[in-house]
Amino acid sequence: MKKYWSYNLKYLLILLSIWFSVSFGAGILWVEELNKIRLGGFKLGFWFAQQGSIYVFVVLIFIYVWLMNRLDKKFNVDEN
Amino acid sequence: MDVQSWTFLLVGLSFSLYIGIAIWTRASSTSDFYVAGGEVNPILNGMATAADWMSAASFLSMAGLISFMGYDGGIYLMGWTGGYVLLALLLAPYLRKFGKFTVPDFIGDRYYSNVARTVGIICALLISLTYVAGQMRGVGIVFARFLEVPIDTGVYIGMGLVFFYAVLGGMKGITYTQIAQYCVLIFAFMVPAIFISIQLTGNPIPQLGFGGQLSDGTFLLDKLDGLNQELGFHEYTSGSKGMMDVFAITFALMAGTAGLPHVIVRFFTVPKVKDARISAGWALIFIAILYTTAPAISAFARTNLIRATSNISYTHVPEWFTNWEKTGLIKFEDKNSDGVIQYLAHPDLNELTIDNDIIVLANPEMAQLPNWVIALVAAGGLAAALSTAAGLLLVISTSIAHDLIKKQLNSKISEKKELFLARFAAGAAVLVAGYFGVNPPGFVAATVALAFGLAASSFFPAIVLGIFDKRMNKQGAIAGMVTGISLMLFYMIYFKLGWFTQTIPPSTDWWWDISPEGFGTVGMLVNIVVALVVSRWTTPPPVHIQQLTESIRYPRRTA
Repeated sequence: MKKYWSYNLKYLLILLSIWFSVSFGAGILWVEELNKIRLGGFKLGFWFAQQGSIYVFVVLIFIYVWLMNRLDKKFNVDEN
Repeated sequence: MDVQSWTFLLVGLSFSLYIGIAIWTRASSTSDFYVAGGEVNPILNGMATAADWMSAASFLSMAGLISFMGYDGGIYLMGWTGGYVLLALLLAPYLRKFGKFTVPDFIGDRYYSNVARTVGIICALLISLTYVAGQMRGVGIVFARFLEVPIDTGVYIGMGLVFFYAVLGGMKGITYTQIAQYCVLIFAFMVPAIFISIQLTGNPIPQLGFGGQLSDGTFLLDKLDGLNQELGFHEYTSGSKGMMDVFAITFALMAGTAGLPHVIVRFFTVPKVKDARISAGWALIFIAILYTTAPAISAFARTNLIRATSNISYTHVPEWFTNWEKTGLIKFEDKNSDGVIQYLAHPDLNELTIDNDIIVLANPEMAQLPNWVIALVAAGGLAAALSTAAGLLLVISTSIAHDLIKKQLNSKISEKKELFLARFAAGAAVLVAGYFGVNPPGFVAATVALAFGLAASSFFPAIVLGIFDKRMNKQGAIAGMVTGISLMLFYMIYFKLGWFTQTIPPSTDWWWDISPEGFGTVGMLVNIVVALVVSRWTTPPPVHIQQLTESIRYPRRTA
């Protein structure tokens, strides 16, 4: 059971670092550097702040759901 | 048909739909009333959460704000969506496993103390009341602009409707009306966006049109950067706020979103832990549809606005301009008496004042879209304001009937009586909200934005520590919440309302250049540090609480 929890914490740590780097990183702290790169009509830093980070947030939640459902089964703690 | 008739028709149709749903889904038990019986489908719950969450501010004001802020508008876009990642990963599944009705329930049980529960109730009421007043005002304003009734009458109509389905149906009624309201509001938001995206860039998907090319081959955003600079504004794609403040505001909005009681309680309504996780994902998808479209609308509308007004002779302005001038949302003052509109960044030379809300409200007219689209925006704005108001009213009524009366004053109260009390409290809350909607105190507008700071500095750390730190005890949590929220209140009163000083202190006096809107981040950090330090110096929580903390970490109870 301890192992289940430490896996969970590991997943959280990884997913939250991605959450942090796309929004606070790409969208705020490194925005000037990234703005020198272009993505079609967007400057990349601006795109992360107003579009990209939101898409990544959605993907992160679904990856988390998938990881946790797998983990629940592995440790036999899933409902049903 | 003219705009007025279309508005009556669409608003009337949507209202009958909400009332029909309310009658069909009456609550018959307290569990129905508080958490819709705990049996809502996770996708539908995601939709209801999205409507619950997206208020009049998201629907009417946000695109306008971003339109004037440019890059800085990202604080709202990231802040109000990133919170769902925190909610899905750190809160929702565990609170579902805990399986009670409210946030103060969790605080009170996990910290085995009615003092903690009471602090929780006060925070929940403080957050929800300030927030709901703004929603009722929003309902009044939409009515006033589109149906030409006085704002007060609009507030009364909104009160009547919310009273009907919140009091009758409780959470069950609210959930199903919110699902309908989501459909209305997202349709109303997307239709004008798609039309305008096609007009300007030829691309029917606004998110792509945002980065697309105009008819002359230049990229929309480059054009806009140029237009902004010509008029003396900062480049659209770069900001004017300090990086520290942008960082702090974004964080405060994220943590605040995850700590708002009316959002958290939605995850008590699904059957399983698994459902709570995926439901947060669906909620964010439904929210992201609006939140990725909004910045595109901001850029389209700003381009249209500058083209239609800047350096145009006042006698040649388009019809919408004169229409909206009557409402006072657009003002033209010919300072140099040349009869031409000068729209400039310089305050002494600028002749045009534009209200934020007009970007969404007048957008369809600016783009010369058909009348039914304009009416649709009214129905959508009302759906957004009403769905959020109902969710907040439920938190208020539950806090009083369940957390205060049932859990503290009279635990022997029968289910029937409790249900009656909950209905009564919801009704009373509608009246209070309506009162503030008709007589908005000056500080309401300011505090709505700050409700996030209050939630970030009180609930968010208390709940997260309650789940992830087994050693956290009542002394630590109470001390943390009280210092966090007091510090936030102090900063807000000092720098935003200016009650302690003759005038509101200038932004150069802010601590570490952080605005009151962003100060929730500091409040949250202080809360966490105080809670950790105090808990380590006092007695650990009793064994059965440690077991409770352990048990909410696993979806199914194990031997």
